[in-house]
Amino acid sequence: MSEAVEHQDSKQSKWSMVGKDPYAMPIEDIDLAHPGIWQANEFLPFLQRLRQEDPVHYCKESAVGPYWSVMKYKDIMEVDTSPDIYSSEPTIGIVDSFEQFTLPSFISMDPPKHDEQRTVVQGVVAPANLKNLEGLIRQRVSKIMDELPLGEEFDWVKQVSIELTTQMLATLFDFPFEDRYKLTHWSDVATAIPGGGVIDNQEQRWQAMQECLAYFTRLWNERINKEPGNDLISMLAHGEATKNMPPMEYLGNIILLIVGGNDTTRNSITGGVIALNENPDEYDKLRHDHGLIRNMVSEIIRWQTPLAYMRRTARVDTVLRGKQIKAGDKVIMWYASGNRDEEVIDRPNDFWIDRPNARHHLSFGFGLHRCMGNRLAEMQLRIVWEEIMQRFHKVEVVGEPERIYSSFVKGYSSLPVVLHPLK
Amino acid sequence: MINILFIEHDGTKHHVEVKTGGSVMQAAVSNGVPGIDADCGGACSCATCHVYVSEEWRNKVGTMEPTEEAMLGLSTDRKDNSRLSCQISVTDELDGLVLTTPEFQF
Repeated sequence: MSEAVEHQDSKQSKWSMVGKDPYAMPIEDIDLAHPGIWQANEFLPFLQRLRQEDPVHYCKESAVGPYWSVMKYKDIMEVDTSPDIYSSEPTIGIVDSFEQFTLPSFISMDPPKHDEQRTVVQGVVAPANLKNLEGLIRQRVSKIMDELPLGEEFDWVKQVSIELTTQMLATLFDFPFEDRYKLTHWSDVATAIPGGGVIDNQEQRWQAMQECLAYFTRLWNERINKEPGNDLISMLAHGEATKNMPPMEYLGNIILLIVGGNDTTRNSITGGVIALNENPDEYDKLRHDHGLIRNMVSEIIRWQTPLAYMRRTARVDTVLRGKQIKAGDKVIMWYASGNRDEEVIDRPNDFWIDRPNARHHLSFGFGLHRCMGNRLAEMQLRIVWEEIMQRFHKVEVVGEPERIYSSFVKGYSSLPVVLHPLK
Repeated sequence: MINILFIEHDGTKHHVEVKTGGSVMQAAVSNGVPGIDADCGGACSCATCHVYVSEEWRNKVGTMEPTEEAMLGLSTDRKDNSRLSCQISVTDELDGLVLTTPEFQF
């Protein structure tokens, strides 16, 4: 996901759709790629219009050039599961790789190289290994929860969502615990849009990435001289398909694992709090039956859809829902739209913690690139909510969340809350 | 009706009786057999309906398409007798089929 850097233009860009009525403009002018409507939380009616009126939509002009938008659940499935037609190379971000720096990693590779590299590291997030990690995760979640202030306002994103996901990443990498905030920083920088608040320009990004590479190279050198361990770095250093990776490929895979394990879970942890506050009846249901947590976790991941899209590039001329897609065209699968597709998902805009078939959502993608960390993410969210419900009557949202300036990472930079203990 | 026996990793047995026509995954899900998630709903694109086919049935459940092979390649618990149950059709020839479910779906 290192290549998920989006627009180079500013927030006041002519491309922004903020404040516009999606039904009052010519449909061909709708541009979902600009981060404005995502940060302003105005994207849903745009998605809905396209889904209903032009579900395979061509945007011929945008800050990132022309691209196709795939809006329906079933069409997204088809694109995601046809790697011979829709390639993940050269990048899964909406910006073409030659326009900016990109790092090679297995998320933007096709078979067979993708399969070989992914196989090396997936064991660390496989359920058998997660079972061993559960106790440690719960211990860390409990410690974070126990130290939170009661009855006074604080930022849930910073003190819970970021703290928890960062600790988890440090654990998976066996990364020096006291330096763990560097991981959050690198993750934020890797996906930031210059001018969006985190970095001002590409040089700053490069600097941070060099620093990241230098740090991880030290860890690699340490681990390569030891017996193979169960952390991600040791697995990469000793794995047949990865031990001779060039430095940029190592960096690319590290950034992929950091961003993949960080942003997405972080924003789902925050999103769940928002969803339950917006739906007090569902919160009541949860208070009465903690057994619903497992199902709720899937519903949170659907409702939040922490990554709004993945991009593919057509390898050959093809036809999707009657539209002629040419070889080389950018094809964007809007998971955020497919997850609200009324044709497949009952009452899609409702947050419904005991939803039947809650696992049938697109947030993890489908096919060979399906999210490798999905079981870890689900486990983290489950433990978070189990521990919340042990302690607090309500995590009350007391102000507007601040949303991230991105059409890719769908998330929050802050959320003011007040904790109310169990009565 | 066709009889299928699912055995969980801890040995718990689940006998189900289904009509021909659907997939083995559907047979499991519609009869509440635990351990089959089937997140993608039967499209051979998530590998969460993984099963192990008992030796005597391996030749009868048909062969794998390349997509199934590729999806199973992403599983850490893959064995020689691994299959995705959404890709096995329930036919008359499979009456008495015995499958084991893995401890985890991934």
